[in-house]
Amino acid sequence: MSTLEHKLMNTTETVFTAEFHSLDGNGLEKAKKYADRFQGWFDGVNATDNTAAHAHASNVATAIAIKQLGLEPILQIVCRDKNRLAQQADIMGASMFGVENFVALTGDDVTAGDEPEARRVFDTDGPQLVRLMSTIKRGEYMSGRKIDPAPHMFIGAVENPAAPPFEYRVQRVAKKYAAGAKFLQLQICYHQDRLEKFCAGVRDAGLAGKIAIIPTVVLVKGARPLNFMHNSVPGIDVPSDQIARVESAANPAEEAYLQTLEFAQHALAQPAVRGLHITDFRNDETLERLMTDLGRVRQTTNSSTTNEVKDDHAYSA
Amino acid sequence: MTTFIATIEHVVKGPVWGCQDCGQCVLHSTGMTCPMNCPKTLRNGPCGGVRENGHCEVKPEMKCVWLKAYDRTQDWPLPSSWKDEYNHLRPPVDNRLKGTSSWKNFFTKRDRWTPTGWKNSTDESVAQGVDH
Repeated sequence: MSTLEHKLMNTTETVFTAEFHSLDGNGLEKAKKYADRFQGWFDGVNATDNTAAHAHASNVATAIAIKQLGLEPILQIVCRDKNRLAQQADIMGASMFGVENFVALTGDDVTAGDEPEARRVFDTDGPQLVRLMSTIKRGEYMSGRKIDPAPHMFIGAVENPAAPPFEYRVQRVAKKYAAGAKFLQLQICYHQDRLEKFCAGVRDAGLAGKIAIIPTVVLVKGARPLNFMHNSVPGIDVPSDQIARVESAANPAEEAYLQTLEFAQHALAQPAVRGLHITDFRNDETLERLMTDLGRVRQTTNSSTTNEVKDDHAYSA
Repeated sequence: MTTFIATIEHVVKGPVWGCQDCGQCVLHSTGMTCPMNCPKTLRNGPCGGVRENGHCEVKPEMKCVWLKAYDRTQDWPLPSSWKDEYNHLRPPVDNRLKGTSSWKNFFTKRDRWTPTGWKNSTDESVAQGVDH
């Protein structure tokens, strides 16, 4: 059982997850550098799948690297680039190396990336991919062909509490829960009122305690990335007063940090919330500062040296 | 005959509903809004990229297909059994049915075929989980 699964299913501890950086040149060397920064802080680290429709080192290879570097990977799989056969292959391939946490995403469209001429796939959608993961966890491929032993899987999904239709987003949570999702990482949300309504809706639907809600906050250095997210990232709206707050501050970098901390504390206080997902665009000391300010103590048990992947991690009996 | 039925269906449903001839029509459960007009062909609700004005991430000039479906399901005088199906988990498209008549596939129940693994993954089996 993964640490993430254990904490979410068997304890009431708050979990922290983070977005691993996309890898391009010098992949393993950079992975080690990033892993060292994350070491001891997080219960799971997302191996992303061609973020924002840009090609990078594959999700499965990144997840294996994360595991070998002593962190616990969460394998993202999006529906944009791979049909159902390739998605099942990703799951089974990653499972061979002991990856246990999976998260299903619909994914940004190809037009959001730098190769908008590419063919979009979407052979499955987000909720269908969650069900597909549950099927493999049960010990069958989609076709019904048996998988023995079945891989150990802890399945999650994502949701955007800040995109219309707001009231319908909770129904999507219920749908993904019914399909087998046990945790839900949320899209970055700069509207506290929308996050409040979403989390209250999850609680009122009786889903608190059944599916763990994990909102996302982002560490940025100033107003520019806020403007970028607002203008260029599908589904993210940053209110002008939040941008102005950072833009007009005497020390924008400090103000941006305080803004992130505020959003993090607000998110953690919402019903049904079991943890926080952190995307770090700053790459400076504020990651450590944020974790400390949130009361997290860095664990020292993990080693940043390469771990051998043991056979008994691949499948659990 | 089969082609003839498919042609008639296309002529009727194309202009009215923007039918994309997927051959496994779910219009009744989506507020009479064809989900195959979503650029991502999503069958289970809107993605997270819906714009502030409710328009599509991919086609900014177009209202999100799933917002339309949601509004129509609430507002249109559709049978309650159809409205109830709005939140059902619809299976992945059977790509072999593309271009065939969904009317024929409905009456022969061909459109209700799903792969064995999908069929076996009932809500109950998922809820029970598999604890290793």
